[in-house]
Amino acid sequence: MSHEEKLKNYRTAPFDARFPNTNQTRNCYQNYLDYHRCNKALTAKDKDPAPCEWYHRVYKSLCPIAWVQKWDDQLEAGTFPGKI
Amino acid sequence: MAHPSQLGFQDAASPIMEELLHFHDHALMIVFLISTLVLYIIVAMVTTKLTNKFILDSQEIEIIWTLLPAIILILIALPSLRILYLMDEINDPHLTIKAMGHQWYWSYEYTDYEDLGFDSYMIPTQDLTPGQFRLLETDHRMVIPVESPIRVLVSAEDVLHSWAVPSLGVKMDAVPGRLNQTAFITSRPGVFYGQCSEICGANHSFMPIVVEAVPLEYFENWSFLMLQDA
Repeated sequence: MSHEEKLKNYRTAPFDARFPNTNQTRNCYQNYLDYHRCNKALTAKDKDPAPCEWYHRVYKSLCPIAWVQKWDDQLEAGTFPGKI
Repeated sequence: MAHPSQLGFQDAASPIMEELLHFHDHALMIVFLISTLVLYIIVAMVTTKLTNKFILDSQEIEIIWTLLPAIILILIALPSLRILYLMDEINDPHLTIKAMGHQWYWSYEYTDYEDLGFDSYMIPTQDLTPGQFRLLETDHRMVIPVESPIRVLVSAEDVLHSWAVPSLGVKMDAVPGRLNQTAFITSRPGVFYGQCSEICGANHSFMPIVVEAVPLEYFENWSFLMLQDA
């Protein structure tokens, strides 16, 4: 499935076998990281960052709004603790 | 919701809760039968005038009262494990909702498509309208489409809370900094009540949960209206 089709048929974050248990904290954080890393990598190569939109939808579904806002503020301020 | 002088569980509104209800009936019946048998034996032994001072051992009865309890335990364990594994099935949710616990209210976030978020405060007793339930009603309910698998991610913004809805068979601790996943399907439309289940301060008893299951079109209308109001 192309990434446009995947996004068109997006309902909610699907089951991710990397995170099969009750604790989904890492699932949210990993997708947030992957989105920003994907953006950074693709724009560095002058490519279309459209495939990164999947990670964006997934972390938007999973992560609490307050967490995302905090991380976005940290990214802007340059104090985000994760490696992007 | 719970009824006055209620003894048993609330009516099940999800398939898992139905299974739990039936299992509980099964296990409790075994408990009643064993208790009745033991009570009968005690009464019989205490009220008899017969005595026998010469029994030393008996292989037959020892075998019976070893095997029979083992069989009964297996009869309890098998349905129990069946339900345990049923609850662990990989499900494919149609909708993800985040339930965030605060002191002292819940907030719900529906962010699969747009960013919909709202708070859900208990309606104070003096503001109830006739027919509403004391300490259970909220100003905004968590509305979901009926018969759709829902994933709820529970967390907290301050202290420990716990998101529980007994008729759906759901309880999940809300831990700050952690995202706990639970899932369910509502078998029928309706309004299902629950209460915060982890002590969280002065108003721990006054931050209830109300889940309203409606047909999909009503859910879509509701989310559209909620987004406009936000």
